[in-house]
Amino acid sequence: MSFSGAPTFQWPPRGFSWRLYHNFFTSPVWLDSLRNSLLVALLTALLATTVGTAAAVALSRLHGRLARFVRTLLMVPIVAPAIVVAVAVYISFLGWRLTGTVPGYVLAHTAIAVPYVLVSVTGALGGFDQRLLKASASLGASPWRSFVRVTMPLISRGILTGAIFAFIVSFDEVVIALFLRSPQFQTMPVQMYNSVTVEIDPTISAASSLMVVAVTIIFLVPQLLRGRARRR
Amino acid sequence: MTHDTTVKATGSSPGTRSGTEIRLDHVTKDYGLEAPAVDDISLTIEPGEFMTLLGPSGSGKTTTLNLIAGFETLTAGTIVLNGADVSNVPPHRRNLGMLFQHYALFPHMTVAQNVAYPLRERRADKREIARKVAEVLELVQLTGRDDHHPAQLSGGQQQRVALARAIVFEPRALLLDEPLGALDRNLRSALQVEIRRIHREVGSTFVFVTHDQEEALNLSDRIALFNSGHIEQVGTPQQLYAEPETLFTARFLGDSNVFELGQAALDENLTWDGETWGIDPGTVAAHPGVRTRSAIVVRPEDVEVVNRLDEVPAGANAVRATVRDVEYMGAYRTLLLTMGERRLPGRARVSALHGDHAVGDDLVAWWRPRAQRIVAA
Amino acid sequence: MSSNKMRLSGWPLLLPALALLAGILLVPLGRTLLDSVSEPTWTLKNYENIFTDGVTLTVLGRTVMIAAAVTAAALLIGYPYAYLMTRVSPRARGILLVIVLIPFWTSVMARNFAWIIILQNGGPVQKVFALLGADHVVLYGTSAGVTIAMTQVMLPFMVLPLFSTLGSIDRRLLLAARGLGSSPTAAFWKVFFPLSRGGVVAGVILVFTLSLGFYVTPALLGSPQQSLVAQLLAQRTTQLLDFAAAGALGMVVLIVTLVLVAWANRMGGTMSAIGVVATSRTKDR
Repeated sequence: MSFSGAPTFQWPPRGFSWRLYHNFFTSPVWLDSLRNSLLVALLTALLATTVGTAAAVALSRLHGRLARFVRTLLMVPIVAPAIVVAVAVYISFLGWRLTGTVPGYVLAHTAIAVPYVLVSVTGALGGFDQRLLKASASLGASPWRSFVRVTMPLISRGILTGAIFAFIVSFDEVVIALFLRSPQFQTMPVQMYNSVTVEIDPTISAASSLMVVAVTIIFLVPQLLRGRARRR
Repeated sequence: MTHDTTVKATGSSPGTRSGTEIRLDHVTKDYGLEAPAVDDISLTIEPGEFMTLLGPSGSGKTTTLNLIAGFETLTAGTIVLNGADVSNVPPHRRNLGMLFQHYALFPHMTVAQNVAYPLRERRADKREIARKVAEVLELVQLTGRDDHHPAQLSGGQQQRVALARAIVFEPRALLLDEPLGALDRNLRSALQVEIRRIHREVGSTFVFVTHDQEEALNLSDRIALFNSGHIEQVGTPQQLYAEPETLFTARFLGDSNVFELGQAALDENLTWDGETWGIDPGTVAAHPGVRTRSAIVVRPEDVEVVNRLDEVPAGANAVRATVRDVEYMGAYRTLLLTMGERRLPGRARVSALHGDHAVGDDLVAWWRPRAQRIVAA
Repeated sequence: MSSNKMRLSGWPLLLPALALLAGILLVPLGRTLLDSVSEPTWTLKNYENIFTDGVTLTVLGRTVMIAAAVTAAALLIGYPYAYLMTRVSPRARGILLVIVLIPFWTSVMARNFAWIIILQNGGPVQKVFALLGADHVVLYGTSAGVTIAMTQVMLPFMVLPLFSTLGSIDRRLLLAARGLGSSPTAAFWKVFFPLSRGGVVAGVILVFTLSLGFYVTPALLGSPQQSLVAQLLAQRTTQLLDFAAAGALGMVVLIVTLVLVAWANRMGGTMSAIGVVATSRTKDR
């Protein structure tokens, strides 16, 4: 479809051409939206991974009712309907002047991405022997140094997986992005949404294909790393 | 910055065998349970000493070690290393090496990287690190395994790597938390020899936690015997075995025949089950509890058996006994006895040459008053 | 365990996550709730309107109907699928798992766009129907089209809890039932199905609940005349700027969702699905 020569969403595709890809990579609107999406997704991955990893490490050491409650609370964004979150965030962000801004997108996306990091890092910590931290302390390493030299290398797969999920959650997020968009700042999924609802722009099929390929590649990163680690 | 100072502190006294004095002063750890885990303990561990904290599980010995290491915070009291109060110093600044039962090697690092870990944390330079790692691996006889990962080593080898890692930075003292508990019997005794040798060569203070009395007797300069949060008795292995102060100590170390006396006058003679027994004043424990409740303990190897009462030498203490069972131990036999009218269980160790004793035989067991010990019960 | 660790790396590490959650979710949601009961004055009028304005209730009803249809379709497809997964070789099971997870792997917009292409006038679905003799079947712009597209996304949430429940049923019980004279069908309905009920309940609640909040799929594939509750919410917020009314409706959806998910969680079996939600990802809504 994305290689179609026809100017509409016609199916089956007629003729073969790179025209839609050419459109995509020469259109400032599409390129801007891609750049915006990558920027927001990268910052979100960074922030969500940091915040989520810290929370996972903390929760792995805390026990009791309160800790369980906090864990559940932090998971709420996964089950809360995106539209309700989007509406609430939109109303508040209007007042805080965060709509249409990078910090606004990053904060909102981070809030919904943290649970994914929390789950994947918690999973990795499940196989981590906390007693190693005692050994590390006895050998003269501060808690921070112990985290960097012992905990982090041993849970790196969980952290990486969490970062990838956070990136994709943000990169692919439409609902909140639709509410936070401004004429000056749109993410790629929003541009795709526009191209279906407003513009009937067939470039979306090229964008769709690129999106699927990109997401698939990103998802394959940990698999590839695992393959390499095994060969070593 | 703190790293630098600690490196200097230990680096300034290489091979002087001086070690560190560890003083526990009225140390208490209370988790808010029924009784404190460690209850007002005072103990001074001499520089270069091999001190064993011995006791059953839950007696507070491991908590005490964790308090020294800094993994637990004190409820009350102070911990002083070479005159400096470290009660509020976090574990990574105490400069104490520690050996764990579960080895706690870093699985993502090679043997050499594991051993180099504490040196890298102290910012030692590369050549220095390489030299020290090689040296200490030779000390624990693991030269050539530098590039192995822990998973490729046997349990005994892993514990030797952990030992190397715990001593390579010349810590002020080495704390050992049941380090042999996960190993099988043969490996245990081999590593016991190794640990003793390394203690001799390194010359620093070792604090060793175990619940295994044989291990404690075999390794220690002194033993602190723990019982439900307090120290029952401190002394050399010989003192603890031969001169127990309390019934707990006597029972925990080795086998004992126990005759409980309750509150008794311990002047010259006393009567037990109709028998009159002599007392040697030198065998009465100094423990104040002896005045209120006491017991006589006699080691099985100090008990002799004869067939008739009139064979008992003059001045010996004797009791009638029936053979309940005989354990053949090779060089000797242990007779399991039922003693006196109260039918107390007892043991006597007799030479294999001593002749046959059949189950059900009626005998007389006797011992010299100076072989018995009167302890607080 | 040790108080030292508590002090050094316990609760303080949770602060950023909690601050973020509070600032981005709890405060806005709380504010929305506050608006919904205090605009224009302290009143429950906004909630009352849901039942009296004539539109909201219709839309809610339609949403529930579609969610129910999606749930039923997902169960009808998902149960045999999960059953098949328990019966095949581990290799084939892996392939089946990948297939069911495909919607997770494809981007929201790409997937919805693909459905537009497939369901549109002149699209492949229409041509297939034409071959069968039914001309001019257009699913694009209908609730049926929306239901089909949503079912695809929701299938994993049905299959995964079902798979974990079905996989843990002792198959010897079926043989025992057969041995006692039951027909294979009777053995299935009397023994196997009742034992799988936990997974069915979990899957049904999960799919139904998540289906209530779909926005992009109905907005792109449905018709404006047949809007669902999420579209109504969006319209009231961005076009009518009636934050109080939107807030009231949003609160109802949120609370229903959370209560149902908590209930499904209680029933057991959803933990696996929630885990997959987290390690795969939720789509659309």
